[in-house]
Amino acid sequence: MTALRQVRGTRVSLAHGGGGKIMKDLIDDVFVRAFGAPDGPLEDQARLDLALFAQAGDRLAFTTDAYVVDPLVFPGGDIGALAVYGTVNDLAVGGAVPRWLSCALVIEEGMEIELLRRIARSMAAAARRAGVAIVTGDTKVVGHGACDKLFITTTGVGEIPRGRALSCSAARPGDAVLVNGWLGDHGAAILGARGDLRIDSPVESDCAPLHELVEILLAAAPGTRCLRDATRGGVATVVNEIASASDVAIELDEAALPVRPEVRGLCELLGLDPLYLANEGKLVAVVPAGEADAAIAAMAAHPLGLRAAAIGAVAAGAPGRVAMRTVMGGHRIVDMLVGDQLPRIC
Amino acid sequence: MKYVDEFRDRDRAAALIREIAHVVERIAAARPRPLKIMEVCGGHTHSIFRYGLEGLLPAGLELVHGPGCPVCVLPIGRVDDCIAIAEHPGVIFATFGDALRVPGSRRSLLQARADGLDIRTVYSPADALALAHANPEREVVFFGLGFETTMPATALTILAAARDGVRNFSVFCNHIPIVPTVKAILDSPGLELDGFLGPGHVSTVIGTAPFEFVARHYRRPLVVAGFEPLDVLQALWMVVLQIEQGRTEVENQYARAVAAGGNRQALAAIAEVYELRPFFEWRGLGSIDHSGIRIRPAYAAFDAEARFAVPNARIADPVACQCGEVLKGVLRPYDCKVFGAACTPETPLGALMVSTEGACAAAYTYGGRLRTGGNLLRVTR
Repeated sequence: MTALRQVRGTRVSLAHGGGGKIMKDLIDDVFVRAFGAPDGPLEDQARLDLALFAQAGDRLAFTTDAYVVDPLVFPGGDIGALAVYGTVNDLAVGGAVPRWLSCALVIEEGMEIELLRRIARSMAAAARRAGVAIVTGDTKVVGHGACDKLFITTTGVGEIPRGRALSCSAARPGDAVLVNGWLGDHGAAILGARGDLRIDSPVESDCAPLHELVEILLAAAPGTRCLRDATRGGVATVVNEIASASDVAIELDEAALPVRPEVRGLCELLGLDPLYLANEGKLVAVVPAGEADAAIAAMAAHPLGLRAAAIGAVAAGAPGRVAMRTVMGGHRIVDMLVGDQLPRIC
Repeated sequence: MKYVDEFRDRDRAAALIREIAHVVERIAAARPRPLKIMEVCGGHTHSIFRYGLEGLLPAGLELVHGPGCPVCVLPIGRVDDCIAIAEHPGVIFATFGDALRVPGSRRSLLQARADGLDIRTVYSPADALALAHANPEREVVFFGLGFETTMPATALTILAAARDGVRNFSVFCNHIPIVPTVKAILDSPGLELDGFLGPGHVSTVIGTAPFEFVARHYRRPLVVAGFEPLDVLQALWMVVLQIEQGRTEVENQYARAVAAGGNRQALAAIAEVYELRPFFEWRGLGSIDHSGIRIRPAYAAFDAEARFAVPNARIADPVACQCGEVLKGVLRPYDCKVFGAACTPETPLGALMVSTEGACAAAYTYGGRLRTGGNLLRVTR
């Protein structure tokens, strides 16, 4: 194999997306260097061994997600780690073992190459941690203002072991609703990092790969009905989706919600509800009541599940409705948001 | 969390609720209908629904969710005016986030932003002034909105802009004073209110004295209340106690934040910068005398109404809307003909469905007591 080419200059220009030598410089120097060179020549597609898949499971899980975040680098992570973990988690909560990722980047001209390099390295490190390989990709460069610095799309493939059938329509009255830890950290970290609130927030994003935790959870609670990762829209949104899909009601217990004091403080100040803040390393699990304690204990023994807790239960009655017993002992409905959460005036 | 959890103690709440129930029971015997107490302020409405307090109160006590949500009472025409200002070339229009979704006659500020106008969310008027400093070639207009709670911040920002000689900053002043609003409600025919929770944050600025007329002239008890659930419950208990004892007084439950005389510096800034308008249009309530303020001529350089052509069109509320009746406590949110049907938080027809502090949006989102009461998981909306 020939030596990797080197990129010149400090910023990405339209020429880096032009398909010529300059583009090859960028891909070699930034991406091939970070992700590692393939065994053979660089082809236009990755070639995956079907037999490997068939040994490990009987279904392929296949998912894609586009990642946009401002700022690109935030406490606890960056858009690169997010783009890997987000797709890995979408596979994992379906019960799949994540294997391969593709990544497509849309880069705004003028982006610093050093920052791009840092993000590529972060993607590579995240992929190693999640046990997946980034095997194919694409870069495009667009003019100023045509995108916001960097957009990343990743697609993931994994296999689902025989006999696993997780479904968000499988929740039954009596089941327990669990989460694996502090809620709202990612949303709070991004709010703090954006800087327009000028709040010094010590909160870091929780972005992390959940594949190991899912395996541990499924081993401890083999009757698990469904898993979802509680990203955009937070736990409230996911729980609403489960209640709708399963035609059941869900009652949450506000006093049982694990929310970090710093995140609570931020929410109190801004009038936000942590139930709707985004997470990037949190799952919601619905498990039979009899397996709840084992599931919590198993998750709590893993670094990503230290604060695992039961936050509510599935109930019969008004299908699709989510209610919450408040800290005061009253009840209220927990609906999906109409749009974004907006801070209140006074 | 310190200074928060103390005010959300469940056992204390249970004790207060028992006390309230006893008092209400003693009063109820002599009354043909439930007691109706209005919380004037949207912040209270939010707390009441957020913590599910309504469902914990005795049946003989009804809460009426008042007009104290500045976003909710914003007339359609004013939203159109905002968009007209934002359409001027070079204008950056800066607003609090919760005004973005209020429907205008054709579109909301959020839709106008999607259409390409430069409309930005800020968290304080000072942020808007900073935008003006950062964009000297642009005209920054801040949408001044809210009761006395937010008035001083806008006034101080105008004073700062004047001191620094800023030439590209102005305020579209839609601030509203609380007292004429409460008076308009008390003057409305068929009033069924027995008492009030007074607005806590407004009172940190104006103090408790301006509410004396409620007790003296209209013979209704008013208790200025904080916003934590225990604050609201304690204040309710103080109101029903006054009713039982035949007293009508202004009392201060929120003494940890509210002084009788208010905040002198804040009041001075208000007096320096603003004057009363002869009348102001309210969504749902119509035109109320002296219920708006504008920027004094001395600060006309910072008055968007003086600097831009503002259409100031009066646009009637949709006929189906019964916001006015809900605001006055004649109807409960879910008694309105369009509640939850034509009017939802996704497609708000009436003002009260717009902001989370609006009585209808809160009732829709959080469920409230709904029509049938009891377990929220067993009723159909």
